[in-house]
Amino acid sequence: MAYSEKLIEHYENPKNVGALDKEDPEVGTGLVGAPACGDVMRLQIKVKDGIIEDAKFKTFGCGSAIASSSLATEWLKGKTVDEAETIKNSMIAEELNLPPVKIHCSVLAEDAIKSAIADFRSKQSARRTLASEPEAQGATPRAAE
Amino acid sequence: MAIQFPIYMDNHATTPVDPRVLEAMLPYFTGKFGNAASRSHAYGWTAEEAVSKARETIAKLIGASNPKEIVFTSGATESDNLALKGVAEFYKEKGNHIITTVVEHKAILDTCKRLEKQGYEVTYLNVDKEGLVDPDDVRKAITDRTLLVSVMLANNEVGSVQPIGEIGKITREKGVLLHSDAVQGIGKVPFDVEKMNVDLASVTAHKMYGPKGVGCLYVRRSKPRVRLTAQMDGGGHEFGMRSGTLNVPGIVGFAKAAEIMLQESEAESKKLFALRERLRTRLMKELDEVKVNGSMDNRLPGNLNVSFSFVEGEALMMAIKDVAVSSGSACTSASLEPSYVLHAMGVGDDLAHSSIRFGIGRFNTEEEIDYVADLVIGKVKKLRDMSPLYEMFKEGIDLNSVQWAAH
Ligand SMILES: Cc1ncc(COP(=O)(O)O)c(C=O)c1O
Ligand code: FES
Repeated sequence: MAYSEKLIEHYENPKNVGALDKEDPEVGTGLVGAPACGDVMRLQIKVKDGIIEDAKFKTFGCGSAIASSSLATEWLKGKTVDEAETIKNSMIAEELNLPPVKIHCSVLAEDAIKSAIADFRSKQSARRTLASEPEAQGATPRAAE
Repeated sequence: MAIQFPIYMDNHATTPVDPRVLEAMLPYFTGKFGNAASRSHAYGWTAEEAVSKARETIAKLIGASNPKEIVFTSGATESDNLALKGVAEFYKEKGNHIITTVVEHKAILDTCKRLEKQGYEVTYLNVDKEGLVDPDDVRKAITDRTLLVSVMLANNEVGSVQPIGEIGKITREKGVLLHSDAVQGIGKVPFDVEKMNVDLASVTAHKMYGPKGVGCLYVRRSKPRVRLTAQMDGGGHEFGMRSGTLNVPGIVGFAKAAEIMLQESEAESKKLFALRERLRTRLMKELDEVKVNGSMDNRLPGNLNVSFSFVEGEALMMAIKDVAVSSGSACTSASLEPSYVLHAMGVGDDLAHSSIRFGIGRFNTEEEIDYVADLVIGKVKKLRDMSPLYEMFKEGIDLNSVQWAAH
């Protein structure tokens, strides 16, 4: 398959490979996909004062999946959480010029972003709940969706 | 000799034409271009003579006693179609049942599906975890409506070599025909239609250093005489079984490839085995969690199908683009389905996604093997550093216990 230069660059020199402490209340973790489907993406964001100051990923998947997650982490850094939510798979697919059969790899990246944000928000609201109603059982922090 | 890139290690897909084969073919494109069916002049006679000689050589390679048992075709896909459809149609008054295996090439499986649509019944035998068919399962599946059993000699993905000799004893005893798609095994493992009681066999030249677009179907002429209905109507070439002007240069090349196999296959198989083991031992020594798919005892000497756990096959192939190999991963296929052969062997989808097939051939060298081993080891490590699954595995998390969000 012929891949774009940008895709190959992200694949060969992926940005932001690694892990953030998933217990950190400022870190949101998204783990999406399944080994049996051939793709698993873990994407993490660290949010300070509403701004994503760091993003990391690890991906088991094809070259397009690795490049999509690398690009996603690049885009996430410096954005507010609300801005991050507007990243769409089609933007990733367009930027990397993904062939049609590889579109789902960018969908996975979008899912990973959404899931990391949801994790971060649920941690935040769990903290707020705990702070305002110390008695409440409250929401248990959810892991990845 | 300097290594030429990309290194070709996909010899199950096709093989390069041996220079000796090409040399033998060339005169048949120009000076000796005659139609083998022309009876009225020297051009035709020269072509016909070359074709007859080719029949003899190819018959010898597969142990056929009569050169007229070789029916030239355009390749193994056609041979497989002709064998199954031809027999099914000819003997339709006698029965309607065919037995095959789940790990056959699509040329067999899709032909069987079509026959099913036409009202035939097909039994698809399962294989064990090494990809092997149990001859006893063949015996149990045979009914009084069974016409034909079709089992491949060696599998194109995992290289498992099927017990054709044992199956042949059963089919002969039961009086049903045995077809074998022998494409991958010819010249690599023993194959003899007489000793193994094979009644029909498909062969293709381009997997044995001959040209593409030519092959043959072996059709037994005595004890028993196999009949089949031609699937191509026309001038009645090839004893009425396959019409169409013969591809004389291709047939000459096919025969030259067979002649080389007759002389060299024993030494070549030893060489392929040594190269394969050199690659396998290095990969398994220097990487953890590497699993060989298929049988170690009954395997093509040049085949190495391995799963590098926690690394996806297409990503790995992209990382080793200096090497031409293939993968059972869904990500490489248009259908996005992982290999049905690995699936049938009980290899989990996760490991199927991580599989790479190395097909070592005549022209590979030790130097190339060492280069490939170094490259693969380095890239697997790099991709594992990027793999969330490898990290979880190292932390002792049982990946099967994780609730994955399937999508
Ligand atoms: C086992 C097997 N059967 C049949 C074929 C088809 O052969 P051909 O390419 O000559 O049609 C192949 C090769 O693709 C094969 O590996
Ligand atoms: S992860 Fe399978 S196609 Fe991208």
